Amino acid sequence: MLEDHAKLVSLFKQAGVVVGRKKLQKIIYILKKMDMPFQEKYHFHFYGPYSEELTLRVEELCNLGFINEVKEDKGGYHQYRYTLTGDGETFLSHFDVILPECDSLITDLNEQNSKFLELVSTILYFDDLTKDDIIAKVQVVKKKQNYSEEDILQAFRYIETLQQAKQVN
Amino acid sequence: MANRLTKLDEEKVFKDPVHRYIHVKDGLIWELIGTAEFQRLRRIKQLGTTYLTFHGAEHSRFGHSLGVYEITRRIIDVFDDHPHWDPDERLLCLCSALLHDVGHGPFSHSFEKVFDTDHELFTRDIILGDTEINAVLKKVDPAFPKKVAEVIGKTYENKLVVSLISSQIDADRMDYLLRDAYFTGVSYGQFDLERIWRVMRPRDDQVVIKHSGMHAVEDYIMSRYQMYWQVYFHPVTRSAEVILSKILHRAKALYKAGYNFEHQPLPLLPLFNGKLSLEDFLRLDEAVFLFYFQIWQQEDDAILSDLCSRFVNRRLFKYIEFSPNTNFNLYSDLREAFKDADIDPEYYLSVDSSSDLPYDFYRPGEEEERLPIHLLMPGGGLRELSRESAVVEAISGKKRTDHKLYFPKDFITDLSINKAAKEKIRKLLKFEGGSGHA
Repeated sequence: MLEDHAKLVSLFKQAGVVVGRKKLQKIIYILKKMDMPFQEKYHFHFYGPYSEELTLRVEELCNLGFINEVKEDKGGYHQYRYTLTGDGETFLSHFDVILPECDSLITDLNEQNSKFLELVSTILYFDDLTKDDIIAKVQVVKKKQNYSEEDILQAFRYIETLQQAKQVN
Repeated sequence: MANRLTKLDEEKVFKDPVHRYIHVKDGLIWELIGTAEFQRLRRIKQLGTTYLTFHGAEHSRFGHSLGVYEITRRIIDVFDDHPHWDPDERLLCLCSALLHDVGHGPFSHSFEKVFDTDHELFTRDIILGDTEINAVLKKVDPAFPKKVAEVIGKTYENKLVVSLISSQIDADRMDYLLRDAYFTGVSYGQFDLERIWRVMRPRDDQVVIKHSGMHAVEDYIMSRYQMYWQVYFHPVTRSAEVILSKILHRAKALYKAGYNFEHQPLPLLPLFNGKLSLEDFLRLDEAVFLFYFQIWQQEDDAILSDLCSRFVNRRLFKYIEFSPNTNFNLYSDLREAFKDADIDPEYYLSVDSSSDLPYDFYRPGEEEERLPIHLLMPGGGLRELSRESAVVEAISGKKRTDHKLYFPKDFITDLSINKAAKEKIRKLLKFEGGSGHA
């Protein structure tokens, strides 16, 4: 019961603090693409891969008191900060290991900015295309984000390191 | 592009209870409607198991798809004179609207959960694969099917086209809210569709709403809110979905364990062994599933037979509200008690959460999660809807989650066998024979 909720709670435990809903969306997507067993279904939206299921599940976890959500006013927009609560820890204690050990991966992803993670997740979304086609596609669907060629290449290098780490594990 | 396409000699119309008439003038649209893959949608219900709660909800994805096409057609008529709109995108929009749901399977939601499939991928495969739909689309241009797939997949370069078919106020939602309200017979869910499409404006890469149309959009958001709680999240429908999922899980588990079905479910075997080709998928519809549910009532496996009998004869599970934060131990205790009572908790005890359901609320799109609804202000600027509308703001902030625990009350009230264990279950569930909804 609620194993999928528990996986998310486990992520917050490993991540410490996650700042930003967009960042959270992209972290889970990238972890899924690295074969972590998250079940949330993603589709492409205006800002890249997005899961409504994940949004609602996080809302459930907040309403249950397992995750603490703080809304911060950033002037022109709001940002959300998530941390695990004591009740969340207790909830997690009912489960055996439900997420493979991936502390360093989660920490690494959490240290990236959300715009970069948006780029990485978008590239991964089109991973059935050739590299050239992916670059062309990113430039079409992310025209507004104005990613430079160097940004895109950096994202490809980052994905390579993630995949190498996955193979080692 | 548009000039190369044939217009029908005579406009065709479909009588429709929501839009009165659906008008088809393009030969291409007419041909798409006639394809085997599109006709298959007649055999897929729009609301899955909801008909077990609201008996009128037998409408199909075929009618909905025509409705989305019709709304899109009418919006494009309004857009035609606007500078942000490219008239060459008209046919692409209409085809995408018509085909947006063509990859849905039978009882789509449970089907996807149990067999780990995705209707968006099947939609793409149907449009790009060796199908009648692909052959028709290619008549426009060999690259046209890919464009249609990209619009539906939301990766097409012209975001304005995408937002017509898929955004927080799109033709899809507007049709399903009105259609589902009509067929379920509920009195809420109404809004002024014509007013909305008349105040829609193409603006750069999205559809926006003229500020003067805000109140019509408020009605639309209220309709969404009401329909979610009153229809889509209805606990009885969720009970039917739970049983349906359990049937599919049980049948798959039996197949994997080498069980000898009295009637081999040949069309379902590719699903059970995870090798479902597009051809296999297109052979499946709800009639196929309901046929097996019917005959599986006579199977030797007691669990499969019982679950199918429950579904076919609407003997659904009862439920109680369940709070995982305060009741976690209750669930573990119940599982043990169910085992003691010789009732398999894998199939007869289930927690269903709101996030298990495939519907979404309006979200203001803070932090660039999803594009929100924007109002076009008198000065030409844009404002997010909930910042202007107190009604929408109030709804956006409401608690929207719940969890329910489903179980077969009739098993527990029958004390002729395993009396002690069942009394323990009754005590844990705190009912004395009368409680438990549905």
